[in-house]
Amino acid sequence: MALRAFPISTKSGISAAALVVVLILGALLAVMSRAETGAGFVSSDWNALRFTVWQAFLSALFSTVLAVPLARALARRRFVGRGILVTLLGAPFILPVIVAVLGLLTIFGRSGWLNAVLAQAGLPPVSIYGLHGVVLAHVFFNLPLATRLLLQGWQAVPAERFRLAAQLRLTPWAVFRVIEAPVLRQIVPGVAALIFVICLTSFAVALTLGGGPRATTLELAIYQAFRFDFDLGRAALLSLVQLVVAGGAAVIALWVLPVISLGGGQDLPQRRWDAHGGVQRGLDGAVIVLGAAFLVLPLMAVVLRGAAGLTQMPPAVWAAAGSSLFVALISVLLLAVLALPMAGWIASKRAGGVEAIGLLGLSASPLMIGTGWFILINPVMNPADLALPVTALVNALMALPFCLRIMVPRLRDTVQDFGRLSASLGMQGWPLWRWVILPRLAPQIGFAAGLTGALSMGDLGVIALFADAERVTLPLQMYRLMGAYQMEAAAGAALVLLVLALGIFWACDAMGRRYAAA
Amino acid sequence: MLRLEGVEVVQGAFCMAADMALVQGRKYAVIGPSGAGKSTLLGALCGFVPLAQGRLFWQEREITNVDPGARPMTMLFQDNNLFPHLSVTQNVGLGIRPDMRLGKPDQARVAQALDRVGLADQADKKPGALSGGQQSRAALARVLVQARPWVLLDEPFAALGPALRNEMLDLVQDLVAENNAGLVMVTHAPEDVRRIADEVVFVGAGRAEAPKPAVALMENPPPELRAYLG
Repeated sequence: MALRAFPISTKSGISAAALVVVLILGALLAVMSRAETGAGFVSSDWNALRFTVWQAFLSALFSTVLAVPLARALARRRFVGRGILVTLLGAPFILPVIVAVLGLLTIFGRSGWLNAVLAQAGLPPVSIYGLHGVVLAHVFFNLPLATRLLLQGWQAVPAERFRLAAQLRLTPWAVFRVIEAPVLRQIVPGVAALIFVICLTSFAVALTLGGGPRATTLELAIYQAFRFDFDLGRAALLSLVQLVVAGGAAVIALWVLPVISLGGGQDLPQRRWDAHGGVQRGLDGAVIVLGAAFLVLPLMAVVLRGAAGLTQMPPAVWAAAGSSLFVALISVLLLAVLALPMAGWIASKRAGGVEAIGLLGLSASPLMIGTGWFILINPVMNPADLALPVTALVNALMALPFCLRIMVPRLRDTVQDFGRLSASLGMQGWPLWRWVILPRLAPQIGFAAGLTGALSMGDLGVIALFADAERVTLPLQMYRLMGAYQMEAAAGAALVLLVLALGIFWACDAMGRRYAAA
Repeated sequence: MLRLEGVEVVQGAFCMAADMALVQGRKYAVIGPSGAGKSTLLGALCGFVPLAQGRLFWQEREITNVDPGARPMTMLFQDNNLFPHLSVTQNVGLGIRPDMRLGKPDQARVAQALDRVGLADQADKKPGALSGGQQSRAALARVLVQARPWVLLDEPFAALGPALRNEMLDLVQDLVAENNAGLVMVTHAPEDVRRIADEVVFVGAGRAEAPKPAVALMENPPPELRAYLG
């Protein structure tokens, strides 16, 4: 039945969307006004562009290709701890980048665990800096994401098909060709595109593991032009290039971007009758052990090293932790104010074209927006005074596309199921939100808020542009400690940051679930 | 009097015309083959389906473009008649105040309605904790407090067993009689028509026929209705 007059007001949704557009376009215009095209693109800029695309391509390639056997093994094996492992696969997405980098450095760094083992065996040490370090870190973040998305696809395959395959006694190769390959063909392009886009705007990884003429991303080049040379013209020019590259890729990814789910139902493996052979079982086991080790060891390293470093942290770390908490909370509030009305607007429309506005956040790089707003604020007041609010705002914008993906499907269902009832009761405006939409969406809102809080907590991006000596967030403080080679203190800060980021995620998520269950 | 004047509903290739007047206090059964547009007719009355043409009047006041919540009718759908996250009391309370600001007298009315449908001891439960019959009773309690001149039923009891369904229909009959409301209900079952309806609206072949007295029609059905009844 065609619905008329569903009572969600679209006015606030349109206003929120307009605000997002203004915030991003305002930054873009400011950047364009300062971009000195006359200065031209020098060879180091070309290098940055080439490196940005190349590392994103490699990261997407390795993440996706390695995720296929891992997701396959997880989809068809039952073992103790499988549920925990699948949950852990969600962790890197909300893990502060700088924390993960410290974990990776502890394992793969110059005096890390791997090189200690290699030295024992009399082999030459490996270095984590440069292209392979950047790609390694990106794979660490995105392999679990890709695995989860692939696993979702795998588990959406109706059980009847595997039953049929068992009855027909299909060989492993035939099962792959008939059942699994079509699934992969459907999901892999979207997953790879998503990771490619995410890695294009990577900053913190390149800042810590890259650098130099051969391993600088555009995002890092913007930062360097800005911070070291205070060359606003060049920063603006690079920002424009970044916008074209990342924006173009994001527009393409928009059509293939997979749905981000709460991960419900992934805890139970499907009953399978194929792949009982010893070789396959052994291979799956090895893949799972390797995947789990790659995921768990760096995290363990952070915890072990951090516990030892807690006593050596300067008091500035606690002040920075306070600032970070403040930034994260403001981000969550801003997100709620922006995302809820936008989701309401999108969900009451049949086609999802409006969602593209939310995706603007994904295409515009944080440093581009930061540069733009620095240019706008600079003549009026000291940008450092606004470092924390601007960081909170940009972080909320960055989380917006993911949060819309989380909330809109559920809101659509709510409109479908309860729109007529609400309308026939004359519910609209605040009562409609208070009594229908917010309670129905509580788990999704909690999850989205937790995601935003954790991402904002761990973000090392815009703050690096704006901050001065006093106004720092915890990730930046930690980066400064690492830069000063106070690795033990940095490890302590990493542990604090890890606990705060995971804690804020857990708190929001649990609140949403509890509210829904009450 | 509820009047449909030259009403036409168009949804893609589907099209339905209706021209009739319904009298408050009488009970109408809407019957006809699947897909003929029975639910669409109710949706049009309630304001969920836009009219391509024609006008709708309630007591000489035009309500063609009035919001669903402001129309003189309350409707029970096939499903989702209760919010699963709200208690029975809250669900019923929404019928009085959509913003849930219930004063003392309002709360008394809710309790009274729950008592009337036999749910006084289930007031604080969520719908999920109730049986199918109890859920129907809760929805009817809300219909009772809404006290609108018209009650529209789009087969809300379809999932209940025959005995329970008859029980609900009897309860509906009592409730509309108490409020002196009119009743329009979609049904597939000829025995429902005999049990409850004064008049029958037959929907078929792109048209909702004007109501005819139920007894006469069921005893001597025209060819189209005979084909449907089998």
